[in-house]
Amino acid sequence: MSTQSESARPLVEAINVTKAFHGNEVLKGIDLHVNPGEVVCLLGPSGSGKTTFLRCINQLETINGGRIFVDGELMGYRDQGGQLYRLKDKEIAAQRREIGMVFQRFNLFPHRTALQNVMEAPVHVKRQKAATVRADALALLDRVGLADRANHYPSQLSGGQQQRVAIARALAMQPKLMLFDEPTSALDPELVGEVLLTMRELAEGGMTMIVVTHEIAFARDVADRVVFMDGGVVVEQGPSREIIARPQHERTKSFLRRILTEQDETPEAHPDAPDAGIPAHLRKHS
Amino acid sequence: MSSAPDTLDRPGEINARPVRHPGRWIAIAVLAVLAAMLISSFVTNAKWDWPFVWQVMKYKPVITGLLAGTILGTIGAMIIGVVLGVLLAIMRLTDNPVLKGASWLYIWFFRGIPRYVLLIVMSVGILYLYDTLTIGLPFLPVTFFTINVKTFSTGLFVGILALGLSEAAYMAEIARAGILSVDKGQDEAACALGMSKGLSMRRVILPQAMRVIVPPTGNETLSMVKDTSLLVAVPVTNEMFFQAQAVSQATYKVMPSLIAAVIWYLIVSTILGMGQSWLERHFGRGFGAQTSVQNDTRVKFLGLRGGGGN
Ligand SMILES: Nc1ncnc2c1ncn2[C@@H]1O[C@H](COP(=O)(O)OP(=O)(O)O)[C@@H](O)[C@H]1O
Ligand SMILES: [Mg+2]
Repeated sequence: MSTQSESARPLVEAINVTKAFHGNEVLKGIDLHVNPGEVVCLLGPSGSGKTTFLRCINQLETINGGRIFVDGELMGYRDQGGQLYRLKDKEIAAQRREIGMVFQRFNLFPHRTALQNVMEAPVHVKRQKAATVRADALALLDRVGLADRANHYPSQLSGGQQQRVAIARALAMQPKLMLFDEPTSALDPELVGEVLLTMRELAEGGMTMIVVTHEIAFARDVADRVVFMDGGVVVEQGPSREIIARPQHERTKSFLRRILTEQDETPEAHPDAPDAGIPAHLRKHS
Repeated sequence: MSSAPDTLDRPGEINARPVRHPGRWIAIAVLAVLAAMLISSFVTNAKWDWPFVWQVMKYKPVITGLLAGTILGTIGAMIIGVVLGVLLAIMRLTDNPVLKGASWLYIWFFRGIPRYVLLIVMSVGILYLYDTLTIGLPFLPVTFFTINVKTFSTGLFVGILALGLSEAAYMAEIARAGILSVDKGQDEAACALGMSKGLSMRRVILPQAMRVIVPPTGNETLSMVKDTSLLVAVPVTNEMFFQAQAVSQATYKVMPSLIAAVIWYLIVSTILGMGQSWLERHFGRGFGAQTSVQNDTRVKFLGLRGGGGN
């Protein structure tokens, strides 16, 4: 169908996605393209549908209208001559394997150690050999800075550590796409930095990421593009620095103003100084 | 008498006297007296007849009754109860209205019938209504195979089946509560990793639900040990309490025979209790200090295990 070349094909293509809960329309026609290797931050006030949209991408919610393609594959349905057929649970599970998700509340498996959490899916979903998975899992834990916590249970880890284990657990399935739903919102302020740093390293490693966050500094410095949502629609989107520095829409402006005064470790939101208001650990060039 | 000790030492290690607990000592004294009275009665009142109690305890039919009726009966009925109960709980929690309804109906039916009555009804009913068991398509002359029910329908088998089916109705509610106690974020995390519903249930949800399921299941198991004495209704004669009573009727030494049964029940319950605390520790892994403290306390109170730690 598409005349675009393989390399130009977006990894995520959401077209006119709608979603209603009991008649209450929460997503009102979302269009979003995310290219391979791109990092997109979803911003927007609470209740604007960011979480719902993210959950629709990996089918934790079923959409009512529109289409979502990930890596060219239609999510949730088989299209036979224009007629859609719902996929079986097993086929949906297979599609989800390509997509990693990190939750606001970590959702680590509390009855398994950090290492077991990371090994769980490769061993039991992909049915890989435990010995090789173990080595990979330890390497992943090392990558998120938790090699020495491999045998700790989640209850023995700080929130920041738990979230980094959760990131490692998602990465263990070697996903093409990572979804983050406010990964730092449940953390004590002093633990936010370590998680954002891990995510930043992941972004620099070329991972395609969609991140719902209120960390404006992160969005601005790490994301290629920000998408501002409100009331179930995309209000405005564009290159992150541009949108954050010079939002066009009134709703975006007031949202950013509000969020930047809340995050008052930012001394002054000087839109023109590139690194102003960005915590030291996130500065690219210092 | 003199003033502060004439030393330049700074305060050192604290070697304080612990708080006294006089109430505890009084309680110990009272209990000790009661225990002494009991023991003295055991020893001096010849009607207890401990040598005979011991004889009954190791009397062959009592032992085989213990192994077959009591222990095998409990294990068999609980296996049926737990497996079927978890299945019923999962059915009840699906979106499928047919499975939901079937599970509800099952629980409604088996919870409404006294076990004693169920045992009699099933023992009479199975042989009366279905002397052969035919697996085929209903209303159609298609038969896959036929079994003569009498070949496997011994009293003990029917008894275990009846107790197990009844137990499943109670276990279903326990398992349902356990499954519902697991945060739904756990299932979502499992799904997001590409697990199927079944794998998520088996690897993620049930292991965590077990924390909630095991303690009441322990109680159910203890009840089952005691309910195996109902097997006499089937009738199953190869059962410990029936055999102890038989001894009492034959010898007229009623009390010592019953005491022999009581002691066996206590021994079996104690062993099961140890199994339960092991299971609770096993499924409490990763759930922090709280669980291990609870376990330690119980372990200490029951005196089932030496040592501490987790
Ligand atoms: N499972 C659900 N059932 C009913 N309403 C829901 C459900 N999930 C989300 N909503 C509603 O959808 C709207 C958007 O929610 P959400 O996607 O969580 O927003 P955000 O993540 O941007 O804060 C909210 O009004 C919320 O109440
Ligand atoms: Mg949200």
